[in-house]
Amino acid sequence: MKIEVLGTGCKNCNALEAATSEALQQLGLDVPIDKVTDYGEIVAYGVMSTPALAIDGEIKTTGRVPSVSELTGLLSGATS
Amino acid sequence: MSVFLPEPGTRRASRNLWGLVIAAAFAWLVGYVVNGRLWDWVVFDVVGLDPESRLGEAVHFFVYDTTKILLLLSGIIFIVTVLRSFVTIERTRALLGGRREGIGNVAAAGLGVVTPFCSCSAVPAFIGFVAAGVPLGITLSFLIASPMVNEVAVILILGMFGWKVAVLYVVFGLLVAIVAGYVLGRLRLERWVEPFVFETKLRGDVIEPSTDMPWEDRFAFGWQEVKTIVGKIWPYLLVGIALGAAIHGWAPEDLFASWAGAGNPLAVPIAVLVGIPLYSSAAGVIPLVQALADKGVALGTVLAFMMAVVALSVPEMILLRRVLKPKLLATFVGVVGVGILTVGYLFNVVI
Repeated sequence: MKIEVLGTGCKNCNALEAATSEALQQLGLDVPIDKVTDYGEIVAYGVMSTPALAIDGEIKTTGRVPSVSELTGLLSGATS
Repeated sequence: MSVFLPEPGTRRASRNLWGLVIAAAFAWLVGYVVNGRLWDWVVFDVVGLDPESRLGEAVHFFVYDTTKILLLLSGIIFIVTVLRSFVTIERTRALLGGRREGIGNVAAAGLGVVTPFCSCSAVPAFIGFVAAGVPLGITLSFLIASPMVNEVAVILILGMFGWKVAVLYVVFGLLVAIVAGYVLGRLRLERWVEPFVFETKLRGDVIEPSTDMPWEDRFAFGWQEVKTIVGKIWPYLLVGIALGAAIHGWAPEDLFASWAGAGNPLAVPIAVLVGIPLYSSAAGVIPLVQALADKGVALGTVLAFMMAVVALSVPEMILLRRVLKPKLLATFVGVVGVGILTVGYLFNVVI
């Protein structure tokens, strides 16, 4: 599984990264979180409101920080 | 979407949720209606301050305005956020793609108001729009309207100056965004956009899951947004209202009238020039702005100042510098500045 947090270092991007790592921890998954900070890369994904979360190259959420429980749902949906 | 599968008990939970929202709306309404009388009673009867005294007037202004603005802010942010959960910036871009200039600028300004958008996303949004073929001027109309006619600014103007001024502010704010975007588009300034913007390739469309959110999530999202925004701006708000209260209570009635009244043609440009480098959320400026208006500064001057503060800020310029060459950035500030200036003079004539 490949997890990417897209954002250019705004406050919410860090919040998303923290929430994602907490969700991973709850699920007992040891997957590194990649940070995508290049504007060109972010937009190439089709994302225009940061922060965004991509799992295996597919955008799951944009423009908001989902709750940890929503994230565990998204992450466990991706592993099964 | 495994998360959103209905589970047993969901129906009852959602009925409870609607009940909660309706109860909260009722409590809000009661709070808004009794606010004035409650503070009259507390400040003048319980504490015993003289309503005619400066201290009494200032204290009453402070507590009454703080309560009123906090109520307006939380109520309207909640409603706006819930409504906005139906709109996404991706949808907005699809609506704007292939539009002609003119009508496209009008659509962009309107969508700038309703699309959920944070100025921290200005750069990815700009690249995304331009790379998808939205014309430069139309993209700029969107980027001007979004911060200028934001809900916090409009709510505060509504609370402080009444609905007539709020409507005029929205109309003039949209006009500035439409006309400035149109003019910038006509100037054919694409050569002053950083080249990488046009080279960005888009890899297909994004499926945005938030468009099929259940109501529970939309309400939760709205509540979250209220907590975030109010949590972020309350210190500025309190300082702004305290300053306003001090000016309200102690400054002489015509303190500013002689040099910043409608009679001084230089007042508007000075207000705009002071407003551009000044960076503050609308919440911090408006209580101060109301106090200034109370003491004789012409309303157009005051609103031009506010527009300059919220629409043209140094941090946003620094962000936009990533995609716009300095010449285009300067032209952008110039054209929007002239638009705000015009609005300031117009307001001074109309009101």
